[in-house]
Formats: sequence, C-alpha cells, structure tokens
Amino acid sequence: MSGERSLSQLVAEQSVIVCAGSGGVGKTTTAAVLALEAARQGRRAVVVTIDPAKRLADTLGIASLSNQAARIEGRWAGELWALMLDTKSTFDDLVTTYANDRGQAQRILENRFYRNISGALSGTQEYMAGEKLYELHELGAETPEGTRARFDLVVVDTPPTRNALDFLDASRRLTAFLDHRVYRMLMAPTRAYMRAVNVAAQAFLRSVGRVVGGEVLDDALAFFSAFEGMEDGFRARADRVQALLGASGTSFVLVASPRRDTVEEAAYFAGKLLATDLSVAGLVVNRMHPRFGAGAPGADRARAATLAGTTIGTLYANLADFHDMADGEERHLAGLAASVAPAPMVRVPFLAEDVHDLGTLEQVARHLFGR
Amino acid sequence: MDPASFLHASRVVIVAGKGGVGKTTVTAALARMAAREGLSTLVLEVEGKSGIAGLFGKPGLVYDEAVLAPAGGGAAEIRGRTLTPDDALLEYLEDHGLKRVSKRLVATGAMDVVATAAPGIKDILLLGKVKQLERAGQAGAVAPDGTAPADLIVLDAPAAGHAITFLLSARALLDAVRVGPVSTQARDVLELLTDPRRCQVVLVTLPEETPVNELVETAFHLEDRVGVSLGPVVVNGVYPVLDDLQADPEAAAAAAGTTLGPGEVTALAAAARFRAVRQRLQADQLVRLADALPLPQLQLPFLFRSDLGPADVDLLADALRDAVQAAPTASRSTG
Repeated sequence: MSGERSLSQLVAEQSVIVCAGSGGVGKTTTAAVLALEAARQGRRAVVVTIDPAKRLADTLGIASLSNQAARIEGRWAGELWALMLDTKSTFDDLVTTYANDRGQAQRILENRFYRNISGALSGTQEYMAGEKLYELHELGAETPEGTRARFDLVVVDTPPTRNALDFLDASRRLTAFLDHRVYRMLMAPTRAYMRAVNVAAQAFLRSVGRVVGGEVLDDALAFFSAFEGMEDGFRARADRVQALLGASGTSFVLVASPRRDTVEEAAYFAGKLLATDLSVAGLVVNRMHPRFGAGAPGADRARAATLAGTTIGTLYANLADFHDMADGEERHLAGLAASVAPAPMVRVPFLAEDVHDLGTLEQVARHLFGR
Repeated sequence: MDPASFLHASRVVIVAGKGGVGKTTVTAALARMAAREGLSTLVLEVEGKSGIAGLFGKPGLVYDEAVLAPAGGGAAEIRGRTLTPDDALLEYLEDHGLKRVSKRLVATGAMDVVATAAPGIKDILLLGKVKQLERAGQAGAVAPDGTAPADLIVLDAPAAGHAITFLLSARALLDAVRVGPVSTQARDVLELLTDPRRCQVVLVTLPEETPVNELVETAFHLEDRVGVSLGPVVVNGVYPVLDDLQADPEAAAAAAGTTLGPGEVTALAAAARFRAVRQRLQADQLVRLADALPLPQLQLPFLFRSDLGPADVDLLADALRDAVQAAPTASRSTG
C-alpha cells in the first residue's frame, strides 16, 4: 500500500505517476516538477504533457507538438525527457501497429470519419495519454547511441477535463466505440437477436443521413468496415494500458487548488479510485494563500477597524484579509485531507512569479519535497 | 460606456475563458447587473456542475428554467437552466420523431457514431438551442407556462480550448456537410455568432501570465476563425490596490499611538510584502493585456473569501457596473 510514502519516495520508487485533477490548478507544472525531481535523484524520467503553457513548453524544450520524447539538458544526475502529446499521431501509430497490412492502415488513416474521432469522440485524448504512457513505459526512448533504454519513471499530465475520471474510463469508452458490435448493429440486420434494434437503427441511420448528409455516414461505415478485424488487437492493447494503470508501480497524485470546485473534483476522483482498488498516493494543493501568523480569526479585523484610516490599520486589514482567505481555504481542504489519508497532502503557496523556468520549478519543488 | 447601452448591445452574451479564471462568477455578476438595470436575464450553463446556482443560494440548475433570483426591488428576474450538448442532440432527434429509439441508440453507442460522423454537431445543436431562445426573445413569444422570454441571455461557456472548438464548430461542420437541416442550423448559428447586435463574447481572465497569454490567443483565434464580436475583457481577482504596504509596522503603530503584540511585526510585514509582490505582478499583467488587446478591460476585485455567495455576487455586480461606466466606449464596429 503506497499511502504512507512521501512524494519524494514516490518519485524515487515508482515507475508511473499520473497527475489528475481539474483544469487550471497547476497539474502540468506539478507533473514537470515530479519528473525533474526524479532526474535530480539520478533516475531516467519523462513527463508527458497535454497542453503546457507556452513558456513552460519552451523550458521543457517542447515548443511544438512532437510525439517523440526529447531530452532536456540540465545539471542533474539522471535524465529528464519531455513530450507534448499529439493525440492524432498517437492514434495513427496504434492503427499502423495493429493493422493487418499497409493497405488496411492506409484506408483507415485516410478515412474522414477516422480523422474526426480524435476531435469529436470525448475521451480519445485521455485514452491516447494512457497509450503514450504505456508506450514510453514499455519501450522507453532512443539513446544517442541509437539503442532504446526504458524510463525509470513516466509522469503523465492528464487532460484538463471537467470530469477528471475521463482518464480512467477512456479505454473502455474507446474500445466500446470501436467494437465491431456497433458496426454490426448498424450494418447487418442478420443477427436475429439484434433484429428489432437493427430495424430501429436502420431507420435512425436513414433519418440521420437525411439530416446530417449521406456522405458522412458513408465515411463512418467505411471506417468500421476497414477497421474490422482490428478490434481484438485494440482491446488487448487497452487492457494492457489499464493493467499498467492498476499496477503496484503506478501511483496517482491528485492536484487541486483550494477552490471548492477543484476540491470537490479531487475528492470525487479519490473516491472513484478507491472504488476501483486504486489509491491516491499524494495530493498537491497549489495556489494556497499563506496565512502569515497565528492570530485569532477576527482579532486582526477588529484591530483594523479601531485603527481605520491609519497606515497600521491598513496593514492589519491586509493581514486579516489573508487570515480569512487562508482559514477558508483550510476549511475546504479539511475533508479532502481525510479522503486521501494516509497519503500525504502537500500545500504549495502562490509564488512571486509565474512558474515556467527551471528556477521557479525548483521553488515549487522545495514545497513539494520539503526542502 | 453607459451600462444600459452595454447590456442592450447584444441579446446573447457568451462568457468564455480558460478553466479556473472565474467565468461562472462573472456570469452571475453580469446577470445580477443586468437584472438591476431592469433586464430579465436567463443564465445558461453548458457543462453542468458549474456551481452557478450556488452563487444565487440555490441548489443546482436543471434542464427546465428555474428562478435563480425573483424580480423585486426594481430588479428584474434571473432564471437559469442547464443545457448540455447531449441534451441538445437528444432534443433535436426527438423533434425529428426519433424519441423512442434515441435513448437506446445512446446506450448502444450509435449516438457517438453520429456525433463523430458530424464533428461539432452537438455544439451546433446546443448553440442552435441558444439561437432558438434568442429568437423567442426577439419575437416576444410567451412560453407555455406564461413566462416571457428573457431580455438577455448569458451563456457560461465551456472552459478554454473547448470554447474555441465550441464556437468554431459551426464553420467546421459547414465544411463537412453542405446541405440539409443540420447545415442550415450551422449557418443560422454562425449568423448569430457573427452579428454583434445579437451576440458578443466576453472573455475572462486572471491577472496572471499564463491566463493572459491564453486569453490573447483565444481572442485572436475567435475573431479570425469564427468572426465573433468581442465585448470587453473581464479581469477577475484583481487585488484592490493598497498604498501603505512598504511602511514599517512598528513605525506605523507608533504613529497611530498603539503597540504591536509578539510576532505581529513579522506577520504584518510578511503579509504586506506578499500583497505588494502580487499587486505588482498583477499590475504588470494588466498592462501586458492592454498592450496585446485593444479591448476595454473591466476589472473585478479579489474578494478575500474562499466561498462566494449572493452577497458577493451583488458586490461584484456593482463593481462590474462601475467598471463598465468607467470604460471607454468599445471601438468595435457594429456593421
């Protein structure tokens, strides 16, 4: 049970860390800092980012979409690599891998319906993040000598979906979508037990065809037809990705901010992880307001009131503002700490500047790893 | 800018921005501001779980319109409803006689196939529903339950990247589907989005580097690729500026004839230093934003409360009104 390990220990011992949580809470930054720490510890680490801020991307040397991990030069004992996930390319690579021959792969890759999937089917990006994680974990990356070396640690940033669970659910959704049963149902009214549904489905298709435009559904049917035979390979692959997510060497680190909505999202995710026998190994709460002192709530506010109009009054009012804010934030976090215990909860305060270079990443690291 | 003119400029306001910048709070403040000006307002939540009902002291929004704030004291009514892309697709199919099979088709995954075959269809249908509500407003039609349509519709848009695809969907679908009822929908939606008298997009950000970068990118993207009219930009969470933060606490205390308790010097000074640093950081970002985008900036104060409620929304509505009043008239053409 990984619950009692510090973040530093997780980074030292685990082979996969998944950072999950709402958007806008500093997940990408956290993922980068975790990978950086592993590199400092002498490990060979890679961080998979989804949509990094431009300047962080520059720091990590991933200024543009590149599905290949690239190494970042720096003064650390191990290695730090990074990549920005290219959902479409990752999917294309999968198709190429599991197609029976080049012809089948071509038919699919050129199909318009297929090209829509990455963008239109929710969960695809999440699935490809898991897929890329699996690939990096199994195959590592090429060394300058031309050999492949596996990574000691793969850190994954997850897409900023409203429902953080989309990541866990992604493989099931995609494989359900690609399942030949859907195609059969839509196309072939020959299976008796499906007939009633098929009749309705056929009628639906005709109506939708009128509504949406016949050619787009032709593309869909062509895709499913071309894809036939590949479902098993895809499903087996998805099963292996899921197995990796559930392996003992994989940890989930939740990232939140003290806002009610991100806390609720993190708590929800922790609960769901528990239900699937996975566990939260750590919780990082970014963007905390510092409290500045142990003054009783209200005491400084009262002082500010009696000293209103003076400079010292302003300073007291300012202090009281931060007391109120910090106390409120702690109240939001109370339940959350309990729901992830015994996993550690680490608070990271607002920093003086935007975090996007090695110096500011190190400042975050000091808080995460208690330096 | 005259607040009344601002509010009457477009019947639909889409509030958009990256996740975490406070779109929902701004939506609530805008609705409250409008209601105070006498405009009955309909708030639309698109992603679900936005928490906007909580800002009005109510439990969550549902599919049917519900009152968030009743009319009274000179203010008009605020109503809200939730509208998801899945709902919009199902409703569209029901309207086309496919209700009986639609649920089963969702369960079997066929609906996903349709949505993938016509990417953006759910977003278009959702925006089509908004267009329907906006048209009802123009026509002054009365709903079956006797309610008059709202004067103003405020849509709390999906977060960030998705907001662009959400608004881009109409153009994208028109490329794929040339004829038929759905392409007509797409065309109608585009007409709505690109007519400043009917719709404007208000982008929201925080006074921080990454959110500002993303807002600027989104703004140019939306103008170039969708052709929407951009309203003023709202900057949320701006620390009210305090001037005396550099003062030495002990000297300031002496000047006021009071003394400080143990540890208070450190606490007061540290809090002041932090505030000063954040203020400066924010001020820099506000300048960056103004340099990058020639749109009026409406600043909303950071409220040092971790939970916002109706009273805070009132405060923010006042601040929004003041900011609109103080802002220069938008230079956007309405042609």
